[in-house]
Amino acid sequence: MLKKMLGTAAVLTLMASPVAADIKIGFVTTLTTPVAVIGKDMRDAVELAMEHIGGKMAGEDVEIVYADDEFNSQKGKQATERLVLRDDVDIVAGYIWSNVLLASAPVVLNANKILISANAGPSPLAGAQCNANFFNIAWQNDQTPMALGELLNQQGVKSLYLVAPNYAAGQNMVAGVERTFKGEVVGKDMTVWPSQRDWSAELSKVKAAKPDGVFTFYPGPAGPAFIKQYQQAGLEGQVPLYSVYTLDSISLPLFQKAGMETVLGTKMTQFWAPDLDNAANKKFVADFRKKYGRYPSFYAAQSYDAIMFIKSGVEAVSGDIGNIDGMRAALKKADFDSIRGDFTFGNNHFPIQNFYERTVVKDADGNWTTAVGRAVLKDHQDPYASQCKM
Amino acid sequence: MDYVLLTEQFLNGFQLGIILFLMAAGLTLVFGIMDLVNLAHGSMFMIGAFVGGTIAVLTGSFIVGVVLMIPAMLVIGMVVEMTTLRTLYPRDHLDHVLATFGLILFFNEATRIIWGPEGLLVPLPAFLDGTVALGAITYPVYRIVIIVIGLAVALGLYLLVSHTRIGMLIRAGASNRTMAGALGVNIPLLFSIVFGIGAVLAGLAGLIITPITQAQIGMGEDVLILAFVVIVIGGIGSIRGAFIASIVTGVIDTMGRSFLDVFLLLFLPENAAESAGPALSSMLIYVLMAAILFFRPQGLFPPKGAGG
Repeated sequence: MLKKMLGTAAVLTLMASPVAADIKIGFVTTLTTPVAVIGKDMRDAVELAMEHIGGKMAGEDVEIVYADDEFNSQKGKQATERLVLRDDVDIVAGYIWSNVLLASAPVVLNANKILISANAGPSPLAGAQCNANFFNIAWQNDQTPMALGELLNQQGVKSLYLVAPNYAAGQNMVAGVERTFKGEVVGKDMTVWPSQRDWSAELSKVKAAKPDGVFTFYPGPAGPAFIKQYQQAGLEGQVPLYSVYTLDSISLPLFQKAGMETVLGTKMTQFWAPDLDNAANKKFVADFRKKYGRYPSFYAAQSYDAIMFIKSGVEAVSGDIGNIDGMRAALKKADFDSIRGDFTFGNNHFPIQNFYERTVVKDADGNWTTAVGRAVLKDHQDPYASQCKM
Repeated sequence: MDYVLLTEQFLNGFQLGIILFLMAAGLTLVFGIMDLVNLAHGSMFMIGAFVGGTIAVLTGSFIVGVVLMIPAMLVIGMVVEMTTLRTLYPRDHLDHVLATFGLILFFNEATRIIWGPEGLLVPLPAFLDGTVALGAITYPVYRIVIIVIGLAVALGLYLLVSHTRIGMLIRAGASNRTMAGALGVNIPLLFSIVFGIGAVLAGLAGLIITPITQAQIGMGEDVLILAFVVIVIGGIGSIRGAFIASIVTGVIDTMGRSFLDVFLLLFLPENAAESAGPALSSMLIYVLMAAILFFRPQGLFPPKGAGG
């Protein structure tokens, strides 16, 4: 009898012990391969965010565990599995590439942990495969090109040629433009990704089709290569180039070093620009430039926001990271100072936000960056929200 | 039929073929004469691009970069051959594959350590950067320069192989290595020189394509696979075979990318035709290689007496 009482007391004491003080956030990005420049930008932004919050959320110490997807969906899935099963992280965030996210999401969501995408916004996760534990604090892939399609209409472009890589995000970009563009699509080339880096055949077809404008999407180092070939084919100045996610703070310094003035004045659309006027963004951009000596890209901005977003959820549950339901309810409110200003979530946990016209310009110090213009789409929700049953 | 487009695409294909030829020429010599399966040939492509590109950026002149890259790659190639590959010759092809694969990993990581993961953007001098009018076509000047360089190298190799003593030794080694050795040819020195020439050709290919596609880590790997296909089609050990096969391969790949999706649109829905087009066109080359292996396994132009 005494033994049983002692045993029960011991068990009850153990159960009442405080939860481990660490908050572990797993961050999946690309740290090797040529596109590691993007991962480096995201990592730098996360480190800056950690500095700004003093390494703590709701008084608890925060640990970021970085994992490398090696720009490959299978490796990304394995990296996610290691984070969830071996490192036992509390929240998983990151993901540049849509294909990596689509492969890895089930690993996190089946373990009933919260997953936050800081870049990839593939349509399945916005529609039929939406999940209560999944949040995207960047955009849905179709939205930015939909804004671009609207911009094309406003610029009076009547015929369009599309060149994009043939993978999930490339298909979303092209689909997004075709949704809103009212003119005629005179040609479409989906190129083999990521191995095809010589677009001579496609650019010859563009020249033959003589469109009013060309739309392109080539993230990472492929962007400068494409634009260089665009210029060499004699299309610069002949046919205006419109892009999404191709010219950003990572590629613009490379263009500036190579003296490729072609890109100055080209237009794109996005939910954010380094000169977007709100307090959180001003602080982020200024501190990023001071610490790293360059402008942050949108990848960096989204990663910074991801940490601040997680912080808002953790603080709402006073650090009790096991309270998934409480965190989820808090996160749904999007109650934090985002670098894009205030926004709300749709039913599918994707942001409803503005999309702005952006132009490539030289700033006051002579650095090439982008300047924000007017809002092309206001409080825009992605077109897949109605397919989500939440 | 749009003849302007057709001619342009043919020129594009020809230019791709030239790059493949520069890779395949070195590879066929190394495989044919030294019987060495050299996967690190793609790394020579990459190293030529980075080393030459860096020289070009530092000196401000792309042409100086090309000129200085040649002795640099010759030295690098011969050093690699003398230090790591000499012991591999008597061994099995599988050992070659393993060792040279290890070299690929080593060079990729070394490049990442020295130049960082972002790659290298190499600018062109202004007079090479524009377009030129050829009849009704406006074509990039630089791609024409690539074609001219490639044809010059092809001519140079032809003169080297058929009209010089070294060329005679190379042909002898390609036909029958054992006999050549038995006749007193200094085989180790010949091998080093051949490997060095191969490295220079691969480095040249890498450097001249860099102003178009930008240098990045692992850039040689895709070209290497195509180069292997080319030397199988052309005949291992034969430079003439490498030239013809690479032009054919380049033209098929480019024409496929240009016109296959239009052809497929005739009987496939739009989405399927657009994604299948580029994928199928890259398959065409392997189908051609399979056909060659089936009907004429020694390749289109094998060196005489091949099998030594």
